[in-house]
Amino acid sequence: MTSSLRATWALMRRGLNEILRVPAGAIPGVLAPTIFLLGLSAVFGAAARLPGFSAEDFMTFIVPVGMLQGAGFSGAATGVNLARDIERGWFDRLLLAPVPRPVVLTGIVASASLRALLPASFVVCVALALGVDWPGVGALVIAAVLVMAFAAAAACWATVVALRFRTQQAAPLMQVVTFAAVLFTTAYAPKPLLSDWLAAITTVNPVTLVLEGIRQGFVADVTWGDTWPALLAAAGLVAALALLALRGMRRQGA
Amino acid sequence: MTRASLALARRALFNALRRPQFLAPLVIFPTLFLAVNTGGLNRTTSLPGFPAVDGFLDFQLAAAITQSLLLGGVGTGIAAALDIESGFFDRLVASPIPRAAIVLGRILASAAIAVLQVAWFLVLGMIFGVEPKGGVLGLLLVLVIGVLAGAGFGALGVFLALRARNASTVQGLFPIVFVILFASSAFFPADLLSSPADVVAAYNPLSYIADGIREPIAFGRAAAPILEGIAAAAGLTALTVGASVLALRGRLGET
Repeated sequence: MTSSLRATWALMRRGLNEILRVPAGAIPGVLAPTIFLLGLSAVFGAAARLPGFSAEDFMTFIVPVGMLQGAGFSGAATGVNLARDIERGWFDRLLLAPVPRPVVLTGIVASASLRALLPASFVVCVALALGVDWPGVGALVIAAVLVMAFAAAAACWATVVALRFRTQQAAPLMQVVTFAAVLFTTAYAPKPLLSDWLAAITTVNPVTLVLEGIRQGFVADVTWGDTWPALLAAAGLVAALALLALRGMRRQGA
Repeated sequence: MTRASLALARRALFNALRRPQFLAPLVIFPTLFLAVNTGGLNRTTSLPGFPAVDGFLDFQLAAAITQSLLLGGVGTGIAAALDIESGFFDRLVASPIPRAAIVLGRILASAAIAVLQVAWFLVLGMIFGVEPKGGVLGLLLVLVIGVLAGAGFGALGVFLALRARNASTVQGLFPIVFVILFASSAFFPADLLSSPADVVAAYNPLSYIADGIREPIAFGRAAAPILEGIAAAAGLTALTVGASVLALRGRLGET
């Protein structure tokens, strides 16, 4: 057990070292969600005037979108790094080490979860500086947990893709799926204001629940009724995608 | 000059078509945005000040085309940077062809890809119910503005590649595409943009390019926005082609 924890810690630290060694590499992942937050607020801000819009202003409404986009980018970046390790042969050497595959996956995914806190914190700081109301400590803790869980799910997906294609050129596939998963939710407007086809997709997309779980503290009070479905959806996403990623890992070298 | 430019344009085009992983994002991301924007914000057409359109898709189609063309410029820049990294660029410089053809070949390929990008979104729009108000002539005008803008963004990509000299730096400019787009009236009417985006949008050539593309799709064939769109796209192209040729000369002077 102790050796598994040590291996997880080492792999997680290796993933996080990337940020310390090449800080410039983390900039796009932090910058992109912030640009989306500022840009979408400036462009579509008038949408908050629509009857039935459930927030004071558009920026308050889309803060969780920026946080989840940052988490998605963090997960995808982890997959790209894994693909690079596969291309260079480092991952094959890792698989020869006496480390169980679930431990390897946990280390990779945990680094994505922690890394996701960087863009999420930056997005929240920018939003608060620009006038978004303080959501409260409880809401931020719930948001942090959900962001980390979504980053873990995105990292699992990126791992599946990296193991399948074994090249960094598969990066767009890692990014586009998490990007779409976040956007095809109630990202831009409350469900009653969406087109019928998009409302139908948001109903079956579990990321909608995660997004609403983060959003609740920004637009109203935190309630258990909004929190538990978000936690359950996030846990379900992580569990399902982790199983797929583990299956991919077990097939390596088989 | 012409033969060498055409040969290099053909090579760039075939390379792009052979690697769909580079070509697909040019339409996939803008298509996703188009879908989400249209599905999520379709009610905004009822806001006071929003121009009369059949639907939000009619309005958004120009934004998707403009976004796709801008991403095409980034793609062209990455391809040019990869040529520099792999040494192919140096071999071209050593070969007996006019130097400007190296730049023009890439830009011509961008213009050819722009035809495909514009066609993709027009067909997609019409499948989902857009009836272009400018008719066939209007669609041709959309193509003209799109090809000019595509060439201009491609030239910008080549300029950046010649200055940066590595693909990862050019790829890192991806978020900038969105900054430029958000600071224009591509996605939403200029009168409804928040400050200071509305002020910046008034000076952003992308606003005029997007509005020029939008006019024949959503409104009709009013001369002013179409001519402004053509002028903005042509001006941008002249500027960026000039800048990339100068960057090439600067690079050759260093070696």
